[in-house]
Amino acid sequence: MTSNSMTVTTEIGKARARKEDARLVTGQTNWTDNIQVPGLVHVAFLRSPMAHGRITSVDVSAARGAPGVIAAFSGADFAAEQGSLPCAWPVTPDIVIPAHPPMAVDEVRYVGEIVACVVARDRYAAADALELIDVDYEPLPAVLDMEAALAEGSPKVHEAGNKSFEWVFANGDLDAAFRDAPVVMERTYRQQRLIPSAMEPRAVVCAQLGDEFTLWSATQIPHVLRVMLAVVTGVPEQNIRVIAPDVGGGFGSKLQVTAEEVLALLIARKVGRPVKWTESRSEGNLAVHHGRDQIQRIKLAAEADGKLRGLSVDLLADMGAYLMLVTPGVPLLGAFMFNAIYKMDAYSFKCTGVFTTKTPTDAYRGAGRPEATYAIEHAMDDLAAELGVDPLELRKRNWITHEEFPYTTIAGLTYDSGNYEAATAKAVELFGYDDLRKEQAERREAGDRVQLGIGISTYTEMCGLAPSRLLGQLNYAAGGWEHASVRMLPTGKVEVVTGSSAHGQGHETAWSQIVADRLGVPFEDVRVLHGDTLVAPKGMDTYGSRSLAVGGIALYEACQKVIDKSKVIAAGLLEVSPDDLEWTPGRWSVRGDPDQGKTIGEISFATFAAHDLPDGVEPSLDSEATFDPQTFSFPHGTHLCAVDVDTETGQVKIRSYVAVDDVGVAVNPLIVDGQVHGGLAQGIAQALYEEAVYDADGNLTTTTLADYLVPSAADLPTFVTDRTQTPSTTNPLGVKGVGEAGTIASTPAVVDAVIDALRPLGVTDIQMPCTSERVWRAINEAKGEAR
Amino acid sequence: MTKVSMTIDGVRYEDEVEPRMLLVHYLREVAGRTGTPIGCDTSNCGACTVLLNGLSAKSCSVLAVQADGAEVTTIQGLADGEWHPLQRAFHEQHALQCGYCTPGMIMAAADLLRDNPNPTEQEVREGLEGNLCRCTGYQNIVRAVLRAASEGVPG
Repeated sequence: MTSNSMTVTTEIGKARARKEDARLVTGQTNWTDNIQVPGLVHVAFLRSPMAHGRITSVDVSAARGAPGVIAAFSGADFAAEQGSLPCAWPVTPDIVIPAHPPMAVDEVRYVGEIVACVVARDRYAAADALELIDVDYEPLPAVLDMEAALAEGSPKVHEAGNKSFEWVFANGDLDAAFRDAPVVMERTYRQQRLIPSAMEPRAVVCAQLGDEFTLWSATQIPHVLRVMLAVVTGVPEQNIRVIAPDVGGGFGSKLQVTAEEVLALLIARKVGRPVKWTESRSEGNLAVHHGRDQIQRIKLAAEADGKLRGLSVDLLADMGAYLMLVTPGVPLLGAFMFNAIYKMDAYSFKCTGVFTTKTPTDAYRGAGRPEATYAIEHAMDDLAAELGVDPLELRKRNWITHEEFPYTTIAGLTYDSGNYEAATAKAVELFGYDDLRKEQAERREAGDRVQLGIGISTYTEMCGLAPSRLLGQLNYAAGGWEHASVRMLPTGKVEVVTGSSAHGQGHETAWSQIVADRLGVPFEDVRVLHGDTLVAPKGMDTYGSRSLAVGGIALYEACQKVIDKSKVIAAGLLEVSPDDLEWTPGRWSVRGDPDQGKTIGEISFATFAAHDLPDGVEPSLDSEATFDPQTFSFPHGTHLCAVDVDTETGQVKIRSYVAVDDVGVAVNPLIVDGQVHGGLAQGIAQALYEEAVYDADGNLTTTTLADYLVPSAADLPTFVTDRTQTPSTTNPLGVKGVGEAGTIASTPAVVDAVIDALRPLGVTDIQMPCTSERVWRAINEAKGEAR
Repeated sequence: MTKVSMTIDGVRYEDEVEPRMLLVHYLREVAGRTGTPIGCDTSNCGACTVLLNGLSAKSCSVLAVQADGAEVTTIQGLADGEWHPLQRAFHEQHALQCGYCTPGMIMAAADLLRDNPNPTEQEVREGLEGNLCRCTGYQNIVRAVLRAASEGVPG
């Protein structure tokens, strides 16, 4: 058997409880805010109270004299050294990327932008002294509405105007698709603005020792952050170490290079002491980047039987006040997803990035794909209603059948595998679709006060971000590879170093399973190291459901190199030709004489001793691999949601939710289910509960968890989850990724269920989140129109 | 400054604190019990939940001076030689991902089960309404609490 052959799997697919839990359930955690460094002092930031204004003066002198205060600074103090926060995704050659000083110097453009800071002995003293800082502003007009921002004569957010970029994609003859089309449907949907709301607020600690800076941050991206800190501050990259210790969730919100991180480094350098900053939730709601916020104008052409001919999408995407790390790229990820699982002849996509005087937007779980999926799935339900066809039947008439894979979509991506029929059949059965439709008809007939609605989402997504070449074609500044190394220790134990920096996903467990599976060592014998640029110097970090589909494959390949190296050494030790050896996980044995063999642990010890190695063989099994995917992976699934809607109060209650996902091979089904549950909760939250709201002056009114309604256990149902397993054909593990699937799929399923309940009353759309008030108003407006 | 004394996870502490100091800051920054995290500033999230004289309390909404003379149990004091049944159930049922809400969630669940040793699923959901989790969708948290209840949690 060659080392490239398939081996019996022992660990892949095992629902192992996680290694990470031991410290997390006992409070032995290492959150950034827990970190203590001798001499540590605390930073507090003063933030702009107005959406748009010119800073005419900042007086920090009173703060400087306050008890316990070490220093106080305004933007002018950093003007020469603070650079501009980076945007790594200039999506078009003529994109407007405004200067973005970490601490505002001349002008503020959203409520929450940093204008000054205090450094004090403790956080209470720092907070007190903030109140002594005097800032004068000359108010400028707030710019809040995207359409108004683009209108002639609108006040400008930036001197260059309110349009950042316009990005277009087209394939096929759209005019022909729409010409004489039996059905043409136009819709405008609005993606409300969301606040990612990771449970751990952000925190940064920075300590300088000689020329070297160590920066601990609650970040998803220690490696990218290190590069960017060097670029922004001019501190040589080799003198910066970034550590992401235990990180309490991210969902994209910690995929960022923040003002606070840059300033922590600059402040530590200025005051000559280690500094810590930890945000409060109400500070974070203002300052952590927001997500979504798009206006989606879509136009469909179809045959009389509902077969799609063409689709055009015209998006307005709210960038907020500045372009952050990947802000302009987020809506473009959706460009490849509006066509979803459906076949059509023509497609066009246009996205305009718009500046407003609001918190910048950037990646939030799904990043571009939930928005696109919402629009197309919602439109399919609308089309089904217009045609009087069952929405599942309409999807069947349009989707790519399982015999057609690999299939190149109208958006230009080649979906390698999938089986929409199988996932849908399973979901329909678990849900009891036909029975629910029957009950719905009966309740409609009876005119029940509480009406039943059914929503459908047959989603797909692109995971495993990303092929570096493709990122280059899209003008993203970095690559999409991932790195792993495997260190074989003399006692046969294994250390794995991964560049994929986990913050709740369970890499330590899943990666141990991959190594145990490949190398045949016990799961318990593997230690996974990550999240520190000194320990794991090479990586592209964790976002875009990329960890397993990219980082996991790097690890797989590094394991393969260990196996290959061990073969030569085993042959030497056994005094046979390598060709006479065969591998079963954990051991090379002589073909035909299986008692003769060497375990991977014995071979590892032999490299430690290095007494009897074959000539010219390096005394090490340690191996590393950097994997750059050639394509994305495409998880898919069918989600069905049933809601009860009280037509008198507008209250929506999810009665049942079935999610059948196809994420390819599930390395750890327990972790996969957990990712789906959490994703569903966030997608449902967008459908029913969450919205970042600004008042007419540009003040965020949802700054706390009392105003911004992250759902509790009492607000969510018990989900029914199941899987079909169509392995990805583009990576050796057959995995696809699962981190964002639930969020991408669930929002349209829930909203469509609400609308489905109310269609007989004349309701055709409800703006998310579908709160009781909005549902009630929609019902009453429809009644009014009916009268 | 005001003198406070309290027992935290079985150890007696005496300190001078500012009267405005929150109990959670006292726990974390004076007593060094950093297992209890802070997730918000409006007492909505429950991440900082501890047991105060045996009853669950959000330690961000109690002043250290109010806890004078009290017995405080944090997540770090819950295990008695071996893991508490809730800690075990959270691990086995995969009831945590990032783990930030977990200390508060477990302490709130401990108090819930003290109050109602055999809750229904709905009672667990409503009983934990004051503790937010962003990772799990609560499904496995509910399952873990029901599992711990079925095993009989020590009061």
